[in-house]
Amino acid sequence: MNPDDAMSVVNGPAAPHTEGVADPVRRRVLKWMAASTALAGAGCSQPPAEPIMPYVSMPERLTPGQPVFYATTLRRHGMGVGVLVVTESGRPIKIEGNPRHPASAGATDAQTQAAILDLWDHERSRVVLHRGRISAWSDFAQAMALRLEAHKADGGAGLRLLTGPISSPTLLTQIRNWQSQFPLARWHRHHPDADVAGEEAARQVFGSAVDCCYRLERAALVITLGAELFSGAGGVRNAQGFAAARRTRGPRPRLYAFETAAGFCGALADERRAMAPADMEALLRAMAAKLGLPAAGDFSRVPIPPAALNKLCSQLLRARGAGVIAAGPALSVQAHVWAWRLNEHLGNLGTTVLPLARDSAWPDSGAAESARRLSPESLAALTHAMRAGEVKTLLMLDANPVHESPAALGFAAAMESVECTAHMGLYPDETARACLWHVPMAHELEDWSDAWSLDHVPSIVQPAIAPLYGGYSPHVFMDALTSGARRSAHECVRATWQAAWRGAGPEAFEQRWRTALRRGVIDSGAPAPRILAPLPAPAGMAAPAEDGVAVDGGGNGEDDNDGDGLAASLIAVFACDPNIDTGNQANNAWLQELPRPYTKLAWDNAALLSPATAAARGLHDGDVVELTATSPDAVLRAPICIVPGHADGVITLPLGYGRQHAGSTGNSVGFDAYALQGLDAAGRPSRIRRVRMRPTGERQGFARSQHAMRQEGREIARTVAVQGMRAQAGPPDGAQAGTDAPRHRPSLYPDHRYEGYAWGMTVDLDACMGCNACAIACQAENNIPVVGREQVARGREMHWIRIDLYHDEAGRRPQFQPMACQHCENAPCEVVCPVGATMHDSEGLNVQVYNRCVGTRFCSNNCPYKARRFNFFKYSSDSLSAKAHQNPDVTVRQRGVMEKCTYCVQRISHARIEAQKAGRPIADGDVVTACEAACPTQAIVFGNVNDPNSRVSKAKASARNYAVLEELNTRPRTTYLARVADPGSTLEDGHG
Amino acid sequence: MAESPTIPAGPRNAADRGGPEVSAPVPVLAGGWTDAGVTDKIAGLILNRGGSWLSGWDRHWRWRSALLVSFSGALILLAASTWLFMRGVGLFGVNIPVAWGFALGNFVWWIGIGHAGTFISAILLLLRQRWRTSINRYAEAMTLFAAGIAGLFPILHLGRPWFAYWLLPYPNRMELWPQWRSPLVWDIFAIATYLLVSLLFWYVGLIPDLASLRDKARRRSRQLLYGLLALGWRGDARHWDRYETAYLLLAGLATPLVVSVHTVVSLDFAIGNTPGYHSTIFPPYFVAGALFSGFAMVVTLAIPIRHYLQLQDFITLRHLDLAACVMLACSLFVAYGYLAEIFTAYYSGDPYEIAMTQDRFTGVYAPVYWAYIGCNVLAPQCLWWRRLRRCVPALLAVSLVINAGMWMERFLIVVQSLHRDFLPSSWDVFVPTLWDWTFLLGSIALFVWLFLMFVRYLPLISMAEMRGLVHETAEEARSGEGKAR
Repeated sequence: MNPDDAMSVVNGPAAPHTEGVADPVRRRVLKWMAASTALAGAGCSQPPAEPIMPYVSMPERLTPGQPVFYATTLRRHGMGVGVLVVTESGRPIKIEGNPRHPASAGATDAQTQAAILDLWDHERSRVVLHRGRISAWSDFAQAMALRLEAHKADGGAGLRLLTGPISSPTLLTQIRNWQSQFPLARWHRHHPDADVAGEEAARQVFGSAVDCCYRLERAALVITLGAELFSGAGGVRNAQGFAAARRTRGPRPRLYAFETAAGFCGALADERRAMAPADMEALLRAMAAKLGLPAAGDFSRVPIPPAALNKLCSQLLRARGAGVIAAGPALSVQAHVWAWRLNEHLGNLGTTVLPLARDSAWPDSGAAESARRLSPESLAALTHAMRAGEVKTLLMLDANPVHESPAALGFAAAMESVECTAHMGLYPDETARACLWHVPMAHELEDWSDAWSLDHVPSIVQPAIAPLYGGYSPHVFMDALTSGARRSAHECVRATWQAAWRGAGPEAFEQRWRTALRRGVIDSGAPAPRILAPLPAPAGMAAPAEDGVAVDGGGNGEDDNDGDGLAASLIAVFACDPNIDTGNQANNAWLQELPRPYTKLAWDNAALLSPATAAARGLHDGDVVELTATSPDAVLRAPICIVPGHADGVITLPLGYGRQHAGSTGNSVGFDAYALQGLDAAGRPSRIRRVRMRPTGERQGFARSQHAMRQEGREIARTVAVQGMRAQAGPPDGAQAGTDAPRHRPSLYPDHRYEGYAWGMTVDLDACMGCNACAIACQAENNIPVVGREQVARGREMHWIRIDLYHDEAGRRPQFQPMACQHCENAPCEVVCPVGATMHDSEGLNVQVYNRCVGTRFCSNNCPYKARRFNFFKYSSDSLSAKAHQNPDVTVRQRGVMEKCTYCVQRISHARIEAQKAGRPIADGDVVTACEAACPTQAIVFGNVNDPNSRVSKAKASARNYAVLEELNTRPRTTYLARVADPGSTLEDGHG
Repeated sequence: MAESPTIPAGPRNAADRGGPEVSAPVPVLAGGWTDAGVTDKIAGLILNRGGSWLSGWDRHWRWRSALLVSFSGALILLAASTWLFMRGVGLFGVNIPVAWGFALGNFVWWIGIGHAGTFISAILLLLRQRWRTSINRYAEAMTLFAAGIAGLFPILHLGRPWFAYWLLPYPNRMELWPQWRSPLVWDIFAIATYLLVSLLFWYVGLIPDLASLRDKARRRSRQLLYGLLALGWRGDARHWDRYETAYLLLAGLATPLVVSVHTVVSLDFAIGNTPGYHSTIFPPYFVAGALFSGFAMVVTLAIPIRHYLQLQDFITLRHLDLAACVMLACSLFVAYGYLAEIFTAYYSGDPYEIAMTQDRFTGVYAPVYWAYIGCNVLAPQCLWWRRLRRCVPALLAVSLVINAGMWMERFLIVVQSLHRDFLPSSWDVFVPTLWDWTFLLGSIALFVWLFLMFVRYLPLISMAEMRGLVHETAEEARSGEGKAR
């Protein structure tokens, strides 16, 4: 009742009993009103009204608190990787690998794990921008329609589309339709990590575009020359394949890694050598000649001893049909051609090395023909046309060329001569800000699409949540650029597959569609990938190359180190950052804070140098140098970081940093190496450049998570020598990793007894490549906060699992060792906690009771593994997006409490509840910890050690099993399987 | 540690025996003092020091500016603690290998300083060391203040200090108890007991003096205050009898605490498995270190006090000489501890211990190590010379050096052991922040402020015992007997 109504009631004719006193009624009303207002204001208060919405129609099979998994696909370097998205009450909170998808097989890499944070990043683009001001989609669509109407007249001359790598059949179909409407329009594609030389070489060898994928599970010998087999689009699959090959019975496959900067391959390699790109080419050439490749020319300069070369070649011959030679992106086109020809010569093509025709991935075979015509052009061609004034309208879809292209290309400057530029992307990034129009793009987890993997298995991208910040699907964007129906992304994708499954009726289609969604992979009805056969080698195949490294005179920097040492030149190698990749995930705080595998830097990049090169130039860690390239002039200031096992005379510059408009997290972190990147003779972005280095005398501090990288003679990460054979459970070949000391030394305190389960873990050091996937998986699963650069520099990073790195003297066998709470049986932390906040539970877990912890930190002091993490400040985030994506099963920790690995106790509880509901014991494999699930090489195994048949018990029975610091009698439950050294694999002795 | 009471006995005897040959003996009380004179002098320090802020400035400017500075420091400590409680212990430089930093070092240091008081009052009383009379009162006050400040640090360093009471065994609904295996729980009891007994001992000793002050005070407020505190003391023979008994009993009670507190504190470290912590020599070594720093602090305080308050007749060169002898003995004991640690590390063959020891010699904290070797082992060696023991400025310098050295030793034990433990991957360096220094200096300021207030409001030398001393020296002079009773 509002006051007016009250007045009318009281003053109305229905108030006959009023006294004759002057207006007592009005006063009484006012009194009542005042009194009731006062009562309402001062008397009782309620919590603020928050509407609670019940489901109007309850989704079927949705139990609150029970996660729902959606199978979908994320893209890595444009190629699909199948994942399962865990949603809690409709909120995606975690990403797991999809076991059915070939590019994932249940595992993920760190970037895929971190994609969940990108989804919830509140700094993602939210609105359509026109000249930097807020606009609307309808305005954009209208403006585009007018513009395209004009282009209709000239057939699309002056109309250009620039995209990143695209593997979506639907999007490709849309681009094809667009091109058929505008026959003179051109499509350009750019990805800073694209192996342009490799693609060009494949075109020379096979006559068409090729996606190269490997079958390392069949391999007996893998030689990588700077190729990052274990990261990027095929990384997870390759790592899994190789680990599987190592695990199966039979001769142990060998991996030789020749790398400039240490990479993941080097961590798994039987032998790794640091080598400049020019030396790799020389080695490749020498191998080609040695193996009798026709007309390979002579080889005068071999970077390894002749005996080693002989050994490599004889092994390659022995591994005929099961070998892999992979050339990296820093090598020249010619070198890639040699690698292809070598693989062909050794019969590896089609068995371990699969050149898949890119057009074979089209769902409808009719389209394949037109797809062949639909080959994108390069960014260089686009820039050239822009500069020539040929481009009137430039549309950019999911690409950030203003930042992610070599400064030498001058793309940003060229953009100014384009009348109309439109950009669609996840962030209002550098390119968005330089464009006339910017349209926010929906995250991959927010809208429909499809994608095929590197080995051409298609899958559907289905949204796990409605667009959080109002992004649009690229399919909707492309529809707006063509005249025709305006469809939703869902309709676009269904149309593609309706066309592909033409034969099927509507019901059969629905059936297949649902199966595809449920399984997360389309394993029927898609064309089989077509493996290409190489064209016959032309006669002059091995003529000296005139591009790539050859231009640099084949030197590795040491050759012309004469005269002025300070000004002496180096070869700069540009490589994507192992964490934030090309820079597209620069605003991802998880990836920024994740220590880079070999440098252990967080929140930074650094120019990497070998100790010898740094010593020769009198440089120390953190010295800022000025790198100068001639022709055209470019200058870059960068702090250096000395990495053991880096090639001499080479400086590695990680790309993707120094961003201006990445978002508050990624802005101005590190230096922008694109500024120094040059172009090769053909105008393509070059991965190497000759630069001059000059110390500036300045120094920069780094935030590093690990400082000492030697084992100091302590047997922490162990290696056992096993002659040429696999080392698994069973009779050891005279190799024993653990000491002979009795496992159970006396303790003052009584032993714990375990009636039911007793959880334990093993980590296989022979399989760990330090990829950090487990660390991010753990961070996502366990609500681990981000602390920022300053706190990391203070030594307060919060990762529950850290990946320790140890170098040997020669830097030839870097060893990673994941280290988390070891859940000791005689846990030193438990006895010293004054309030009993860290306890042993009935299943052997060392549990941390957060709300009992007072923060004496005695437990951390007493932990020999220093696996505990402390909330020195309030690190957890209160932001809405953090609240939304945090795991509801895991406590968000307050400041002042200790925390550490829990063996994913929430997953154990979940499995226990499920098992109890089904009335059965928890089976082996029911509990998979987050780190174990993510690990691409299955290095981590978790399970019940009370069950002698569990995988973890079997792993612990291995002769390679040992406990770190077992001499302290802590009796850790996490044990390690020693790395295997294969003495026969060494290239040093030359026999073999 | 049974030998600690005997330590001061040796040097004292040596000094006494060797005394006459080198120079003339110095008495523990200068001649010419009467009962009334002693009482007037000491009570006068409290009662006759008035004067308004302006008019008294010329006379008291030193005391007052010291009070102002130290009180500001104490306020800064208060403000810093507030900020610490609001933000978290991340203000300190602690990190993950080095989870304990300055706070714990300060704690051990202050607790050590708090040792000398009880040692002087209790053990020297039981050993009938007459020279303790002039210094025991203020040494006890020093003990109380130091132990109280020490008790602050473990709370300040907690992640969630508002739950510090969880370390106490109090009845609660959840039936949760402390975890008795943890030395931190033992610590609570050790420190609380020590504080309590020290307070009692100090207060019981004060009662006759409080009564004297009550009787001599002119202002009503003072009469009331001292009267209340004097608990109705009338100087009755029965009072004296019971007082003497109670005092002796309390001394007996306090004596084991001198050893127990620092033993338990040392167990905080020795129970841990970290190389550099895990050592059986820690309890005696910590107790000796505590006495060492405690006596250094006694001397540090004695010299300015006797100078400024003209107490040279009461705190004589003899006292300083004897305190210096104790410091010298402690220094030798501590040096033995350092040597034993090194020897044990190498003799054990334990690679972690050896690496830790080598890191002490050459690592990032090596300057601290060598500095405290210089301060604690080398510098006190000059006290072998009686001339230096009786040279006041030199003694002040040595005592300050020892204070600094002992702080560095505590710091090194806490921090250096942690910064490089078992796994090289977790090694890191502790760098103190501005806050770390603020808390250290703030705690010193608080200590100074408390001490200045003590000097101003309570008799810093026991009047009752001094009167006894006057009698004894007079009798001795009459009978011409030897000095020891």
